[in-house]
This record gives sequence, structure tokens and C-alpha cells, in this order.
Amino acid sequence: MTDAQWETLSNQGVAAAGVVYFLALLAYAVQWAALRDVPVKQLVGTDGAPVVEVPDVQVAHRTEMAGRLGLLLTGIGALAHFVALVGRGMAADPNRVPWGNMYEFTLAGTFVVVALFLATTNRWRLSWLGPIVVGFTLVVLLADVLWLYEPVAPLTEALESYWLVIHVVSAVIATGAFTLGAITSILYLLKARSTKETGYLARLPELAKLDRISYRMHAFGFPVWTFGVLISGPIWAHQAWSSYWNWDPKEVWAFITWVVYAAYLHARATAGWRGRNAAILALVGAATLWFNFIGINFFSTTSQHSYAEGAGEVSSLVVRVPGTVEAAEEVGVVVGPDHARA
Amino acid sequence: MTDPLSRPSDARQATSLPNDLNARELARWTWRQLTSMRTALVLLLLLALAAIPGSVFPQEDIDSLAVSQWRDNHPRLAPIWDRLDLFAVYGSPWFGAIYILLMISLVGCIIPRLFVYARALRAKPPRAPRHLSRLPESTSYTTDEDPDVVLARAASVVRDRRFRVEWTEGSDAVAAERGHLREAGNLVFHLAVIVVLVGVAIGSLFGYKGGVIMFNGEDYGFSNNLTQYDDFAPGSLFDPAVMEPFSFSITDFDVEWIPDGPRAGMARKFVAHLDYETEPGAETEEYDLRVNHPLSIGGTDVFLIGHGYAPVITVRDGEGNIAQSGPTVFLPTNAQTFESFGVVKAADAQPEQIGLEGSFYPTFSMGTDADGNLTMPGSAWGDALDPLVSLQVYTGDVGLDDGTSASVYVLDKTKATQLLKDDGQPFRMDLRPGDTVTLPDGLGSVTFEGLERWNKIQISRSPGKFIALGGVVAALLGLLASLFIRPRRLWVRARRQDDGSTLVEVARLDRSSGGDPETGRDELADIVAALRKDKS
Ligand code: HEM
Repeated sequence: MTDAQWETLSNQGVAAAGVVYFLALLAYAVQWAALRDVPVKQLVGTDGAPVVEVPDVQVAHRTEMAGRLGLLLTGIGALAHFVALVGRGMAADPNRVPWGNMYEFTLAGTFVVVALFLATTNRWRLSWLGPIVVGFTLVVLLADVLWLYEPVAPLTEALESYWLVIHVVSAVIATGAFTLGAITSILYLLKARSTKETGYLARLPELAKLDRISYRMHAFGFPVWTFGVLISGPIWAHQAWSSYWNWDPKEVWAFITWVVYAAYLHARATAGWRGRNAAILALVGAATLWFNFIGINFFSTTSQHSYAEGAGEVSSLVVRVPGTVEAAEEVGVVVGPDHARA
Repeated sequence: MTDPLSRPSDARQATSLPNDLNARELARWTWRQLTSMRTALVLLLLLALAAIPGSVFPQEDIDSLAVSQWRDNHPRLAPIWDRLDLFAVYGSPWFGAIYILLMISLVGCIIPRLFVYARALRAKPPRAPRHLSRLPESTSYTTDEDPDVVLARAASVVRDRRFRVEWTEGSDAVAAERGHLREAGNLVFHLAVIVVLVGVAIGSLFGYKGGVIMFNGEDYGFSNNLTQYDDFAPGSLFDPAVMEPFSFSITDFDVEWIPDGPRAGMARKFVAHLDYETEPGAETEEYDLRVNHPLSIGGTDVFLIGHGYAPVITVRDGEGNIAQSGPTVFLPTNAQTFESFGVVKAADAQPEQIGLEGSFYPTFSMGTDADGNLTMPGSAWGDALDPLVSLQVYTGDVGLDDGTSASVYVLDKTKATQLLKDDGQPFRMDLRPGDTVTLPDGLGSVTFEGLERWNKIQISRSPGKFIALGGVVAALLGLLASLFIRPRRLWVRARRQDDGSTLVEVARLDRSSGGDPETGRDELADIVAALRKDKS
């Protein structure tokens, strides 16, 4: 296949994933709509989820089928999503990892969210999370295609390092896990305030279980983030920029995220914060995480990690010249424009 | 915390200030506050908060140019910002205060826990509580086996599951415990945080980082001593004696320009070919210096971080003498097209000093706008396909005689006058390689001889980096143990009942923070199944 064909395949993959995710969302909608008015029995099953007592056998059957279909479609969507990612990497010359810019990072990040969900849904009985995960992914993918799309381009020199691959993979995986944790925390907070006996919130597992799922997502994400941000990132920075920590805005915010999540785990482990307070702290962490990805790229003028400059208008590894240079004559010396490290 | 089985470390909560206090009590109270969990939490969150300003405002040691621009744009705020150290957040006293407090708190927290842990390691699993059925995870069954048989089997079953077991014949219960490594992991993690900070501190105190712009060729070699650097940022305890006596020169530089596609014009595959000697008199070795592939000499690393063009310009003065010649560094102002800006100063020129200032275009082109009209000149391409320098001329004091260390990249025009044409427009010359232009008024001439390349080389030494790296790796391992090992206790009690059967009670207590009823239940069920299966 030629590079252009790979690129087309990738775009088709994204489109297909979008359509299939949408169908999955419809299936989930059918599932939950059928249960809309059925009150939840205050009976807790062995897995902590409320037992769904559906009086009508047919309705019960229909919801179960719809739920399974939703999961199946989510899986198919993830496959198309994966093809889209591979296509991006294969379309570049030389072939490369599919996260050279914000569009690709978002594509990869959302894939991780879905993949993590699929990987854990049976073990942790997360079927209730399906509609949210699919809806979230769909919205983010749409925004990604509309606003962040960039044609395939080769990686800039500074990005051609396997440490970068390791670094970004771990950042993407941790971002996916933290995002799932944040979603669960939001559900926790909503459910904690809701007194309704019917509907989606009422059918979520009990609060303690939501809390636990959220904790597990964070407990998984935190070491991965630690590895990505505090080990592989500095190693790569050392190779490319000659010092392993530069207090670059992107690094500062990755550090802030790390500290906030450390505080979250700490608060749970030692101060005994559970539930509400922990959920709020988790959301603060997620806010710093997403601000780093979106905010810093768009607002910071000083970040060496900036992705968001117009196509090709890349500046990095800018050597500021000592001495008095007039503002308008700000000069840069450039080796390799670099964008990665989302 | 009401759980009687919770560890002592969990009891370290902040307490309220005692009413009547003397100095000793105050000190103890302060220490308790400082090493309390809540303080640690607050300090962590404060550290996150305190890091924010440094990402918002430009930082002196990262981008001093941006700082001076910020100062110019905010003349009223700048002095206040200075007083608050907002241009040097990460070295400021208040940022330092937070992490030093955190460190003290950390040490104060770890040391007592080390002792607790050492004791816990030697301790036997605690005896079974009286009412096992009251524990949240418990179950029971009856059997006709002898209690001792059941207990003996229980001891071996849980021992096989790598529990530490305590059972003396005659007692009615087996006590077992497992997962001590969790606390060890937690201690390792916290200790490693300190190690990392020590490593980082060593690097920033004793290390240095400097840069030099070098022309290619044997004539422009570099040897590693202070005088050869263009910019140099030492740590506060840096000692020049540690600088390794290597030297190198760039023999050649290759770069590849992407000819088409969305990134057309982008440069890649930069290679600076080095000849280097690790010390004077040592054998010359070769190295291909590339981005992401620094050259390590001893504890020092040499990086390629930038490149550009250096037009070779010769200035002859009014008397026909060469007043200035050789390659001149032009700094790229556009990362894509390598349009560059530079200055040539001929301070020895007679009768008047001559200064040149202007742009270099590697592939000269007149831009066109949408309507096809010619616009500003520019460079179409980073590669030097059709190089051209476009210079304007200044005479008078071009700023080399007064002894101030003016930047070589800037022409100080305060005491110089621009050379004008008869119509009052600035005199401008556009030169291609080989061209010579004679200046008006008998000032002399300027020749564009040819093109050289320069490379920006960064050289840094960060001692302690492997300490820091070892620290984070240890922290990560400790963290994994701390997060995923579940410390738990298990008890099996077997008692003969009045009707002659044996009642076996099994209970489990999970002591991990992410306590997880599902796996707990599974483990309990497995153990009970193992106890009953063996019976047959
Ligand atoms: C640099 C500052 C610190 C960081 C980044 C940090 C980070 C963490 C993290 C991520 C955990 C969670 C691991 C787990 O769930 O087991 C944790 C647990 C813990 N931390 Fe810290 N911590 C810091 C300072 C402190 C201080 C100052 C204290 C003592 C006052 C402390 C005492 C503890 C204790 C007792 C636990 C564990 C509880 C358990 O075993 O469940 N930490 N810390």
C-alpha cells in the first residue's frame, strides 16, 4: 500500500469508528430506555451492583440483548479505531508512531480509553460505563476531526527517539486511565446527590463500588504516569535538550498533575478520604491533566512542547541569543522543530 | 479511626494545640503538626499550586529574553514581580520553603515508620480475635473432622499461599498474615523521593550547562574551558576544575531537506561529524553527532541543538585594507525557510568604522501575494540553492571601541549613522556569492565570498543524574509494591461443638487502602474450598 492509501485508510477508519460508536450508543440508549421507568430494587447483588429486577421477561430480554449489542459494537468500533491509528503510522515516511501531533495524540488517547474499558469491563463488571465511554469517545473524536486534523507528516528530528515512543505511550495510557477514573468520579458525585429511584444514576452500582473503581483506575494510571513523566520523559529530554528537567510549562503541568494525583492517593491511603472528597481531588487532577494537553498547547508561547503552531510553523530548540536583542528581532536557532510529548 | 488493627502510622493525625504549653510542648506539637498526614497533604497541594506561576510567567533561567520583554511590557508590575521572585519561581525562597518543609515532614514521617516496620517484621501474626464471625469477611462450616486435623491442614494450606503462619498445637486457631512488602514498598517510595531530590540538587549545585556556536572546520576547534563558551550557566557550587579537558572540531555537517509533502522544506537528518580528543595528546576519535544522540565524554555530554548559515563576508576599508573577513553567524528568524539575520562589524576600518546589518536568504525569492504582486523578499527554502545576503550599511561608532561587551549579534546604532542613497532611501546591497559591491563616498567595498555553516553545540555536565534516575526507578518499584500488594490477615478457628461436630470459622481482614471486597471474597472462598476439599 502506498502512503496515500494508508492515510485514506486511516481516515476511513476514523469515520467507521465514529459510525460504529454511534450505533453502539444507540444500542445502549435502547438498553437504558427500556429500564427508564423501572424502579431499582434496593437489593445489592454479589458484585455490588443493584440487582436489576425487571418484571417483564420480554423487557428483560430486550435490554440484555441491547446491552450486549452495545458492547459488541464498541469492540468493533475499537477495531476500526485501531486501524485508523495504524494507518496514521504507516502513512508517514518513514513509518512512525501515530502520535506526532495533537490530532494523533487525541486519536490514540481515546483509543486507550475504549481499550481499557473493554479490557476491564468483564472483570470489574463495568457494563454500566459503556454508554458514557462511547459517548465521550464519540464527542472527543468528533472534535478531534473537526478542529485538530492535520495531514500525515514525518516526525521532526527531535521526536525520532525510542524513548519518545515509550514516553508518549505511557503518557497516553495514563491519560486514558485517569480519564476513566475521572468519569467514574463524576458519576460518583452525581449519584451521591441524586435521590431518584429510576433512571441511569439509580442503576449505577452502589457508591462504594464507584469509589473503588475510580481508585483502581487511578492506582493503575499513577505508576504509569510516574514512569512516563518522571522517568522516560527526562531521559528523552536529556538526550534531546541536554538537561533532563527544564521546567518547561508542559513539564511543570505534568509535575502538577503528578503531585495532585499523589495527593489523591495519599489522602485515600492515610487521611482516609473516600468518596466525595477523593472524587473532587481526582477531578482536580483530571483538570490539570487536560489543561496540560489542551491549554498549554494553545496558550503557552514558551513551551518547547508546543503542538499547536500552524502547520510547519514550528519553532523549538530555540536558542535565545544572549545580549540585547530588540523584541522584534527575536531570533531562533533551530535544529528540529519538535512537537511531541503531549 | 476505630479499627483497632490499624497500623500506628495511621494514627499520625494532626492534633489540636494544647492549652497550657511550654517551649518543649510547643516544639513537640509543632513537630507533630509538621509530620502529620494532613500537613503532608496540604504541602503537596501547595507545591502543585506554587509550581503554577512558573508556567505562566517567563523564567529568567529558562528564557531571559522573554523575561526582558515581559518587563518592557509591564513596567509597573515588573518590580513587584521581582520582589516576589516570579521570574525565578523554582529557585525562589518560598518555593524552596515548601519543598524543604515537605522533606522535613517526609523524614519525620519515615523514620518512626521504619522502626514500626522493623518491629512488625519480627512480630508474629496477631492472635485470632474472639468473635471471628464479626469481621466483615468471614464464613464458617461444620465438619466431623477433629479440630486439630482441620487446623493442621489450614496451617499448610495458608502456608502454601505464602502466608506467614502462627499455630501452636493445642491452640484453637491458626493466625496468618501476608503482604508485609506493601509497607516496605511504601517506605522505599518515600525514601526514594528524598534520593531523587538529592540527585537533582547535586546536579543543579555542581553541574553546568553551556553553549557555543562553532563554524565547521579544523580551524574552529573548541576546547573545554570557560573562555571558549558563548554562554555558560554554572551551578552555585560549580568548580571549573571538574571540567574535562576534551576538545573537538566539526569536520563536516550534513542535513537533508524534505523535498515534498506536507512538511516540504523541513530539515532533518542533521549530522555534525566531529573529531574529538578526550584530553590533550590523546588519540583523535570520530563521532557523528545527531539530535537525540549526544556524545558522552566522561561525565560531560555534548549535544547538537542548532544550526545555521554563516556567510563569509570581507570588508575592505577606504584605504584598501581588509578590515574584517571570515564567516559571520547569521541567526535564523524563520525555522522553516532559514531566513536569517546578522551583523558584521568592521571596527578597524579607516577612515570610518563600518557596520553591516541585514538578512540572509538561503534560497532567495521575491514573495508574491494572492494577486501576483511582488511582496517582501524572502527565502523559499532552507537549503542554500540560491543564497543571497541583503545588507544595509552604518558608519560611525558601531560599538566596539567603548569597551562594553556588546552582543556580536546586534549592531548598536545609537552612535552610528545609516548610509543613505542620494534620494534619501537607505543604501542597500544584495550580494550573491562572489559579488563585490563598492561602497559610496570612498568607504571601501564588501565582498560575499561564500557560505559556511555553523552549529550550536550545548555542553552539559549534570552530576547526580544517575542518583536521580536510580531514585525514581526505586520510587516506581516501591510505588507498585505499595499500590498492588494487599496486606491481609487470616484466621481459622476450629472448635468441637456440643453435638460432636467441629465448627470451623474462617475470617479475613484486608488492610490495604484500595481494599477490594471482590478479590477478598474470592480468596476467602478459595481457602475454604481448599480446606474442605482436602478432607475427602
Ligand atoms: C514528597 C512528598 C510525598 C509524596 C509524593 C507522597 C506520595 C504518596 C503516595 C503516592 C502514596 C500512596 C501509595 C499507597 O497508596 O500506598 C503515599 C502513601 C503514604 N504516605 Fe506519602 N507522599 C509524600 C509525603 C509523605 C509524608 C510527608 C508523609 C508523612 C507525614 C507520608 C506518609 C505516607 C503514608 C503513611 C502512606 C501510606 C499509607 C498506606 O500504607 O496505605 N507521605 N504517599
